[in-house]
Amino acid sequence: MTETLTSRARFVCEAVAKTARLMVGVPDYQTYVEHRRTVHPDLPVMTYEAFFRDRQQARYAVSKGRFRGCC
Amino acid sequence: MTLRDKLIWAAVAVVGAIAFGVVALSRGEPINAAWLVIAAVCIYFIAYRFYALFIARWAFGVDPRRATPAYRHNDGLDYVPTDRYVLFGHHFAAIAGAGPLVGPVLAAQMGYLPGTLWILIGVVFAGAVQDMTVLFLSTRRDGKSLADMVRSEMGPVAGAIAGVGVLLICVIVLAVLALVVVKALVGSPWGAFTVFCTLPIALLMGVYARLIRPGRIGEMSAIGAVLLLIALIYGRTVSENPALAGFFDLSGPTLAVILIGYGFVASVLPVWLLLAPRDYLSTFLKIGTIILLAIGVIIVRPDLQMPALTKFVDGSGPVWAGGLFPFLFITIACGSVSGWHALIASGTTPKMIENENQIAFIGYGGMLMESFVAIMAMVGASVLHPGVYFAMNSSVGVIGATADQAAQVISSWGFTVTPDMLTQMAQSVGEKTILSRTGGAPTLAVGMASILSSFLGGGAMMGVWYHFIILFEALFILTTVDAGTRALRFMIQDFVGAAIPAFRATESWINNLIGSALACTLWGYLLYAGVVDPYGGIWTMWPLFGATNQMLAAIALTLCTVILFKMKRERFAFVTIVPSVWLLVCTVTAGLQKVFHADPAIGFLSHAAKFSAAAASGTLVAPAKTLDQMSRIVFNDYLDAGLAGLSVAIVLVVVVYAIVDIAKALGSPKITAVEVGGATAAAAE
Repeated sequence: MTETLTSRARFVCEAVAKTARLMVGVPDYQTYVEHRRTVHPDLPVMTYEAFFRDRQQARYAVSKGRFRGCC
Repeated sequence: MTLRDKLIWAAVAVVGAIAFGVVALSRGEPINAAWLVIAAVCIYFIAYRFYALFIARWAFGVDPRRATPAYRHNDGLDYVPTDRYVLFGHHFAAIAGAGPLVGPVLAAQMGYLPGTLWILIGVVFAGAVQDMTVLFLSTRRDGKSLADMVRSEMGPVAGAIAGVGVLLICVIVLAVLALVVVKALVGSPWGAFTVFCTLPIALLMGVYARLIRPGRIGEMSAIGAVLLLIALIYGRTVSENPALAGFFDLSGPTLAVILIGYGFVASVLPVWLLLAPRDYLSTFLKIGTIILLAIGVIIVRPDLQMPALTKFVDGSGPVWAGGLFPFLFITIACGSVSGWHALIASGTTPKMIENENQIAFIGYGGMLMESFVAIMAMVGASVLHPGVYFAMNSSVGVIGATADQAAQVISSWGFTVTPDMLTQMAQSVGEKTILSRTGGAPTLAVGMASILSSFLGGGAMMGVWYHFIILFEALFILTTVDAGTRALRFMIQDFVGAAIPAFRATESWINNLIGSALACTLWGYLLYAGVVDPYGGIWTMWPLFGATNQMLAAIALTLCTVILFKMKRERFAFVTIVPSVWLLVCTVTAGLQKVFHADPAIGFLSHAAKFSAAAASGTLVAPAKTLDQMSRIVFNDYLDAGLAGLSVAIVLVVVVYAIVDIAKALGSPKITAVEVGGATAAAAE
């Protein structure tokens, strides 16, 4: 009972953390790593730091279709 | 649906109907805010269950087996299948901003009822439908932007015209939102000090997450939040120290110049240094504060002191000019329906949707949440004594500069208020005066401070809460200003680049500087004109903002209608036709009235005529004090008339294109919508 509760609490905490990161434009790093490993095993995988920089740059890249929060 | 489900939904409907009845029918004595909240929540649930799911299933024909762009282009970065609750949070954070907080506060001049009705009816039948439909269409087109969809479905000319519309709304949004910040910080050392502190705090956070502990978002945000709270509390000390307060006691024009300079610097500097950390701080603060406000309203359940209807429904109100129709429907844009959301719903969200059957939850549901924020803003404005509300939201030109004059004028409108009440309120929130703090943000801050301090901290905390809410609004408006300036810069480079191709290279430093300067000049001019506007700026500019924002919504909904016809789903096209027609009627009427109305209070041209006639005979008309000011007023009138007229022209041209396209689609026996993916595309590949 307590075990399911703690695992459930952990799941919720992780979901909240993921949501908070995605809110500022940084998707889940583990998902990215798994994607690269399974789909492109021959290609290099960015470190978390490089991944973070890449996503930060992409969020504010001067490009089409990136609008946020007016209203 | 099982019997149990039926009973639950019947109960929701009955509770909602009772609450709605109380809100709509009570007159005279103040009602409790809880009725408003209950009515809204019940309506949201019913609308989602019975309208949003109906639209998704029957009007769109969503296909749960169809691979979304997130799967077809999965790269772990931009295109990632994302859990729907996580994506809901992302989408809501992207659409939520200052709009739903300001519009309802301004609309409260007609009483809480008209605005509340428009927020609820508008979101159910227009706003949430628009967000969800655009999200659906973009998901079926690999996450294409709104302008790209107009181009591919309605042709290059309509696409280019819609692009001009987007540029126009961007300029006006930035100017008006920046104006709200200026109005909130004028002569407020505490507020200005706290907001300025966000700059060094952001620089520190930026350096921390780039060089010291790369990528640690949680740590940097926690550090930023703690420093921000210290700045907020220390702000009172600064405001009470005459030597320090002098530095932060700024006039409107000075603040406007600082903001314009800030927009330029933030657009030119590397994003990790200033823009990104401020964005993180404001995003988390925004979500946290919205949750806090919701808890506050639910726990405190204050009474609404504003009457259901005031005499200003006739259009003679001091907050903004114009009658209930059409101006109420453009004053509250975000919260009911906002064209800006069409840009966001065709941005990053469609690239992350896991399954088409989640579109209603994220698109429609996200907008319902935003509407709830608008309802809270309406509560925040209505818990204030109406006398205090009108003292804060009427310009100096209307109520005079002293508490005595203001109390006299406002009491003569039938809202009895004493000068003491006004000065006491100013003291309790730690300001010199609350008179003519137009723009909505300070009003909401006083309302929310009185709610929050009644369960957290008591009267002594009133000033801290007030400046906390000001900080929260200023912070995320400034984030819109800097991110918007960058977006505007790109659009300008794109437009000018059509003539001078070298200007398109976004990497070039020279282009960057020129583009940013042009972007800041465009919105900066409008902002400055609004700040020195003797009517207080908001009075003139907010209707312009609302009209262009709703115009974009009308274009988005028109596009949705055209595509439904091209999908051969015209039987269900009423879901977008009805809101399109309503928005067209409102925006075109409002636009034309703003240009041509004979009353100088409403029509820009008649206002210009009045001032130029007076200037020609050498007489000064209040509030102008010099002939130079007179000619500036006339010039700005022509400029505003031009902007309003341009909006109307853009929307009408798009409608003509739409009618032609619909006729073509009806004449064709086949589906003519250009979708990507799905069974037919898979078979063709």
